[in-house]
Amino acid sequence: MLDVQLGALDTGLPPGVEEALGLVSAFDETLGTGLGRLSQEGAQAVTGLAAAVAATPLGDRAVEAADKIATGSVAGDHLTMLAGARAALLGAVADALLARLDEALGRTRAQWEEPAAGPAEAPENLLVGCRSWLHEVAITGWRGVGHDLVAASDQAIEAMFGEPALRRAAVLLDGLAAELRASSPVATMEKLPERRWADLWTRALMLTQPGRAGADPGVPVSGRLLILGADVHEHATAVQVQVHGLLEPKDGGTPRLVRTAISATKVDTVVGPAVWGVLQDYPALLGALARHLSLDLTDMPLLASGDLLWDDAKAAVGELAAPFAVARVQLAGALAPAGPPIDRHPVAIAEPVFVEGYKAVKAGEGIEFRLGDQAIAVATDRLPGCGPLTPQLLATSTACIGLLRWDGRWLLQPLAVQSTVKRQQVAVHNGDWALGPTDPKVVKSLARSGDAVAVLRERAGRLLRK
Amino acid sequence: MNADPTAWERRSVTLVVPPVQPRKLAKVPFVELADGRLQGVVSSGSDIGRVYVSFIAAGTHDFNCSTNNNRPCGGLYGSPCKHLNSLVAEAIVQYGAGRVARYLRVDGAETVETSHDLIRRLTGGHEPGSAAVVFSRFLRHLGYLELPASTAPLAEMHWFPSTGAVR
Repeated sequence: MLDVQLGALDTGLPPGVEEALGLVSAFDETLGTGLGRLSQEGAQAVTGLAAAVAATPLGDRAVEAADKIATGSVAGDHLTMLAGARAALLGAVADALLARLDEALGRTRAQWEEPAAGPAEAPENLLVGCRSWLHEVAITGWRGVGHDLVAASDQAIEAMFGEPALRRAAVLLDGLAAELRASSPVATMEKLPERRWADLWTRALMLTQPGRAGADPGVPVSGRLLILGADVHEHATAVQVQVHGLLEPKDGGTPRLVRTAISATKVDTVVGPAVWGVLQDYPALLGALARHLSLDLTDMPLLASGDLLWDDAKAAVGELAAPFAVARVQLAGALAPAGPPIDRHPVAIAEPVFVEGYKAVKAGEGIEFRLGDQAIAVATDRLPGCGPLTPQLLATSTACIGLLRWDGRWLLQPLAVQSTVKRQQVAVHNGDWALGPTDPKVVKSLARSGDAVAVLRERAGRLLRK
Repeated sequence: MNADPTAWERRSVTLVVPPVQPRKLAKVPFVELADGRLQGVVSSGSDIGRVYVSFIAAGTHDFNCSTNNNRPCGGLYGSPCKHLNSLVAEAIVQYGAGRVARYLRVDGAETVETSHDLIRRLTGGHEPGSAAVVFSRFLRHLGYLELPASTAPLAEMHWFPSTGAVR
């Protein structure tokens, strides 16, 4: 990424985004005190949100739902329509931001093509329980949430974990429930993470609608996968490593930006470098990450979203392929994928970029990279606990592979940096510890806390199967 | 609306629950701040097949310790037993003393540093209660490690970035 590209990215919000976000914020505020008893201002926020999508296929139904809710007659379907309107608005915001990004970077993006997926296999009874909990929460409002209302979600979430087709919804709801549980009684909180909780609530309702299409089976692809870096996501009971890379198709053609994700459920005490321990089912991918190797893929399913549906048996570890060499030479010309409609949200924007020749400068409590007369804030709060990247390494870095993100402003999330340590140039990547930490100090502290998974499996063996 | 789009309330990604610190799990396999209590499961020192369920209520500081079959702990004589002491000590490793003390609403929570400090400031007494809820939460906790890993992308995890707060 060059300074002119950064300048083109950061020329104020695209038209309409500020207004759309204003409507969303007003609606999010109403979820604080609940949709059951709306103030006049709250009623306006609800009808305002619906009015914004009036010209879309949601239009009439959203407007009707908002009118009903504004006059105090709340039904589950009305809440779902409002959630749909909110999701549509944020989807439009995400589209505008991504279009700006593509234009600034000169990135070519594929058109979205709806995959040929069968019907969903999710049992409707599990979805009903979950939706009714989400409805109750919205009517009560975050400020009314206490231990009992959180505990009421336990059964539905536990049942969803037993159903692979509902893993996404289960992981999302478990993350939200954990935040509400830790914050209960929410009435005592000074301020609420309004946007965040409304986001999670909205997405949970979207994922638990009946009649959703089934999972995309993918199209088999073969070729060489060159890894750019690993983005790590984690909450108390789940971890996901999403690997970004370039796929060189075997039959030639433009290299494509692809991702692949491996995830597992875990417990809160499995944290830091220990999280790699619950992902050991994928030795080829983890080995390639840790050793900076390419992977030769044969008939690996590629989803319409640009995600490889990883199968370790369809990958062979190849030769050394340093991510910085890949990023420097091939990233700019790669073809980017389009996101699935349901994923359209600013939070999903995670575009790999390569930056060098910047100056890392302290800015407030964080760091920013200055490129010419431009600057971008570095998301130092997104350095994973399971990897070797530290704010100190960023501060002395000279080149960076990162993900462009947007959360109220553009941010750069580092996946790897080249830095100078004791006058030696080093390259440090998020995935370097995929086969175990290489820093003796970290190895020692990991040994001190022992193998959490082994201890808990022993306990489970004695207590769970009786 | 001219609200600052970067304000905390307007951010999609923000840390609501800080990650916990890793700790040795052999003695106290499960600790949580939930349901208005510090609660957990402590392995028996003498019988490998037995566990104790211990909890301290926030606010009242009433406490209990029993086996998972609701047999009262023999070490409870109106003051916290060794299991409750272990529970508090491990909770402090996992969450930090301040977070545990604040959750329990202990007087002068900010000055609590050790489990001794904390137990000394508890104002409640022994209040028998059922172990069932805590024990079933523990079993559910163990269940997470039994589920198969997955390679279907979980797009919602973008709301939950890993943070380095652990190191």
